[in-house]
Amino acid sequence: MSARFAGTGALVRLALRRDRVRLTVWVVVLVAIIAVNAQSVLSIYTEPELAAYARTADANATLVALSGPARGLETFGGRVAFEIWQLAMAMGLLGLLTVVRHTRHEEEAGRSELVRATVVGRHAHSLAALIVASGASLAVGLASAVLLAVQDLPVTGSLVLGLGLASVGLSFAAIGLVAAQVTEHGRAASGLAVGVMGATYVARAVGDIGSGALSWASPFGWAQAADPYTGDRWWPLVVPVVVGGLLIGAGFAIESRRDVGAGLVPPRPGPPRAGAGLGTPLGLAWRLQRATLLAWTVGAALLALAMGSVAESADDLVGDNQQIRDYLASVEGATLADVFLATVLLYLALVAAGYAVQAGLRARAEETSGRGETVLATATSRVAWAGGQLLVAAGGAVVVLGVSGAALGLAYGLAVGDLGEVPRLMVAAAALLPPVAVALAVATAVFGVRPGATAAAWSVIAVSAVVGVLGDGLDLPGWLRDASPFTPVPAVPAAPVAAVPLVVLSALAAVLATTGLAALRRRDIG
Amino acid sequence: MSDLAIAVDGLRKRFGSTVALDGLDLAVRPGEVHGFLGPNGSGKSTTIRVLLGLLRSDAGVVRLLDGDPWRDAVALHRRLAYVPGDVDLWPTLTGGEAIDVISRLRGGLDRARRDAMVERFGLDPTKRGRTYSKGNRQKVALVAALAADVELLVLDEPTSGLDPLMEAAFQDCIREARAEGRTVLLSSHILAEVEALCDRVSIIRQGRTVESGTLDELRHLTRTSIDAEVEQEPTGLDRLVGVHGLRIDGDRVRFDVDTHELGAAVAQLSRLGIRQLASHPPTLEELFLRHYGDDVGAAGEEDEGIDG
Repeated sequence: MSARFAGTGALVRLALRRDRVRLTVWVVVLVAIIAVNAQSVLSIYTEPELAAYARTADANATLVALSGPARGLETFGGRVAFEIWQLAMAMGLLGLLTVVRHTRHEEEAGRSELVRATVVGRHAHSLAALIVASGASLAVGLASAVLLAVQDLPVTGSLVLGLGLASVGLSFAAIGLVAAQVTEHGRAASGLAVGVMGATYVARAVGDIGSGALSWASPFGWAQAADPYTGDRWWPLVVPVVVGGLLIGAGFAIESRRDVGAGLVPPRPGPPRAGAGLGTPLGLAWRLQRATLLAWTVGAALLALAMGSVAESADDLVGDNQQIRDYLASVEGATLADVFLATVLLYLALVAAGYAVQAGLRARAEETSGRGETVLATATSRVAWAGGQLLVAAGGAVVVLGVSGAALGLAYGLAVGDLGEVPRLMVAAAALLPPVAVALAVATAVFGVRPGATAAAWSVIAVSAVVGVLGDGLDLPGWLRDASPFTPVPAVPAAPVAAVPLVVLSALAAVLATTGLAALRRRDIG
Repeated sequence: MSDLAIAVDGLRKRFGSTVALDGLDLAVRPGEVHGFLGPNGSGKSTTIRVLLGLLRSDAGVVRLLDGDPWRDAVALHRRLAYVPGDVDLWPTLTGGEAIDVISRLRGGLDRARRDAMVERFGLDPTKRGRTYSKGNRQKVALVAALAADVELLVLDEPTSGLDPLMEAAFQDCIREARAEGRTVLLSSHILAEVEALCDRVSIIRQGRTVESGTLDELRHLTRTSIDAEVEQEPTGLDRLVGVHGLRIDGDRVRFDVDTHELGAAVAQLSRLGIRQLASHPPTLEELFLRHYGDDVGAAGEEDEGIDG
């Protein structure tokens, strides 16, 4: 029994050594955002204001979809928790990315073969990855609990909230482990686990807006059922432990039966010759990226369909809530559904930007693997090579945003009986393309100018997400808001499209992309 | 300069504080197979990357097929094919697809030649890149390069990971390439391969060329091993210039002698009365070890080599 786990301790130390910077950044950044978040809520609101907020939020489907059930919002604790749940997805990412990184990625690279030939058990990699991921999740949860408690929030509630967050990390670490057993590729495993996470997030959102039953199909729902500060229930936190344990057991069971390096789906022979389209840098880039694009498009479209189908209840929820009626009166022509749709569109645009950045950075992966060298040793110029990848990334982002905008319009249009929503929301989605282009152009510029620092390109997405998701609840500094390319774009379709910011953003994207390609022509490859 | 396929003079390249190339020279004549030898980390792959325009030289003159490899990279690459030392294939593309992509990106695909090469190297072109072994990945890159109708083949340790049968197929292909008038730059650690194929070789160490010439010239520049039995007591050999590692065991003497002092040594032996004499020229391996093995970091650092 224990032989199957031999060497786990050494692998945990190895993982911590390899990830000492990565994990530290994750934990510190998450804890800092949570603490600052709470601090700003506590400093902005007075008790009467909280009561007023509670009355509007309760009826605001956007907020409920983003955060979770609106419970105890008239208390400081409930209000802080409502804000912090928006970060739960980052906990899920921490858990699943860490596990896949130390399991399937290692296996794919062949390093685990080297390690497994020593006195290391079959499940040692998996167990070590789970320990590291759970440890990191617990570190975030407990440190957050401490920093919330010292801000005079109730200790028990802070602990429930912290452990709730940690339970999300644990759940998705287990899901990441199963995903890592299913596919042969690290990236595909991460993609699969992220897809599951997206689905469970949507399930929770739809559940919370509706009857609540669907929320119980989601790790996010389990954590929120613990109801920190207002209910302080412990038993829902048992669910992620039990389900996580079952998933881990399933992962181990698959791992005992499969070959090292293999997934559940055996590889099939492919075409002995290349098709006609596979002879240009663009054709090659398309071939390498099309599967990823399909996955992102389907994921974004499903999110859009789910959100579009509940957008109508945004209006119903308001009822005779005077606060919101007053708010709507202040924004000319906007319905509450439009405000909700605008938030969903911003999310879809963030998804498209995330796709664009990872697709744009594929050129760097090609370069470091040496495959870029193979291509550049043929009669292919650097600009043509990187340009092909860039074009696929840009076109792909248009597809992700366009298709999901159409899906949003379709679901909402069917609900309200007006398919004119499809073109209307596609036009609104188009207005969000320039900031997406800026994110891609930043990735291209970093790739050209500082190829060793391509991870920094993700900071655009991180800043945009923090500003876009938390922006309204937080008292963020002006420079941080300005650093997000989404800030200058009006909240379409709730607000009218403005041409000037879009032109400026497009020009900025063109300049950044050109800079990157020009720098690529002058630097060393490899 | 224009009569050379590759002309490198005083090439320097540093990465941060590491000096990778420190005044390297390389001259490859059209139509020859040129061996490019050196220990790990001596700068062979860096030189090749400069020749391909992937790295920019810090100093020195580099000419490739009468062009500037940095400025004219795309035009020059139509006329050459490259096999990297460590082949990484696209995981989702089959080997056949990878060969076709590389060929088309170079400017053309000769279907018949490509199929013949696939056949010759016994490659299964339907497998995905990620499922190939190291040797098979190498074969994919070799097929893509050898199927090309180009003037110059740049091969960076192309046979690492190939079995002896494939090694033989590779050597046949290189001989055919030379017969067709192609130029080959062959970086290799397999000395038998270099000895079998190369017209001329360049040996580099620590980013500098330490020897260059035909194998005969190189042999001439170094030592011949002598093993003899003589009738009289073997004296006087230790006073000769150019004799190294003298061992006397009764009437049997063994020593190495600088090849240009061979005459004097044989004359002395014959004065002693030769009963039996065996001499053999240095193998490439001995040449190699002499430049690699000794004095890495030993006193002086500088190799007062025989750099022509």
